[in-house]
Amino acid sequence: MKTLEELKAIREKMQSQVSMRGEDHARTRILVGMATCGIASGARPVLNKLSDLVQENHMTDRFSVTQTGCIGLCQYEPIVEVLEPGKEKVTYIKMTAEKAEEVYKEHLLGGHVVQNYTLSSADIK
Amino acid sequence: MMTEISLNILDVAENSTRAGASLVTILVSVNTSADELTVQLSDDGCGMTKEQLEHVTDPFFTTRQTRKVGLGIPFFKYAAESTGGSFSIESKPGIGTKTTAVFGLSHIDRMPLGDMNSTIQTLITCHPDTDFLYIYRYNEASFELDTRLFREILGEIPFDSPQVAAYIKEYLFENKLETDGGAVI
Repeated sequence: MKTLEELKAIREKMQSQVSMRGEDHARTRILVGMATCGIASGARPVLNKLSDLVQENHMTDRFSVTQTGCIGLCQYEPIVEVLEPGKEKVTYIKMTAEKAEEVYKEHLLGGHVVQNYTLSSADIK
Repeated sequence: MMTEISLNILDVAENSTRAGASLVTILVSVNTSADELTVQLSDDGCGMTKEQLEHVTDPFFTTRQTRKVGLGIPFFKYAAESTGGSFSIESKPGIGTKTTAVFGLSHIDRMPLGDMNSTIQTLITCHPDTDFLYIYRYNEASFELDTRLFREILGEIPFDSPQVAAYIKEYLFENKLETDGGAVI
């Protein structure tokens, strides 16, 4: 069994390297729709991929990945919204873990919106 | 439609956090001799009124403004009852809500439990201010994950810092494997 002793060791190590967390208003917020509609259409792997990428690349001071409710566009789930301070919201639709990785690299790190996956590029009827 | 029981659990637990719960307890218990899989979620959120509780299994009832249907609980209820199991939900305003689903373990219509570790990981990551107590039982064996204990040790160190997130992932993986011996559920 994995024990809490290991967690104590992690704490000891981390306390020596005091990390500064970016101010909340300066961070880009990444919201994944996690209501029944989102979950049923595959939001969990999308959210886990994004939070893994942000954590593994030590980007938690720049990005926060969190969940949101249903925004009434159930047919387009899984939906990911990117809210960058000072910029217009970008809504990505019908996401997968693979598309999420592309958005992480191109948009979040590279600054270029992946137009093909956005709600505004969808043919809304 | 959900494809895994663990997704139903994620869905119901999300409701608990939306109800403002400070502690959400999730029990998953496999009993092979009784041929049962029991899932119980209890929270100390705002609870439901008697009227809401009466309608909660009705797919055309929801408190949301964004759409007119509420399928989460009906899905979960149907998934359990279609395996010869049972479903119940108790709630009191200001006290909290308890949802229990019992599945026929070997029933042909029981969907797989699925990736429980991923569900718990998602909940912890997305709700840093909510505590989760996860109890996983496989016959006589069991393990618990209690974020209150993690919090006590970590103090100000956040759960989403890479080392801590990796620890939580390994904690779930190793302890689940040791509890059920890698059984496919």
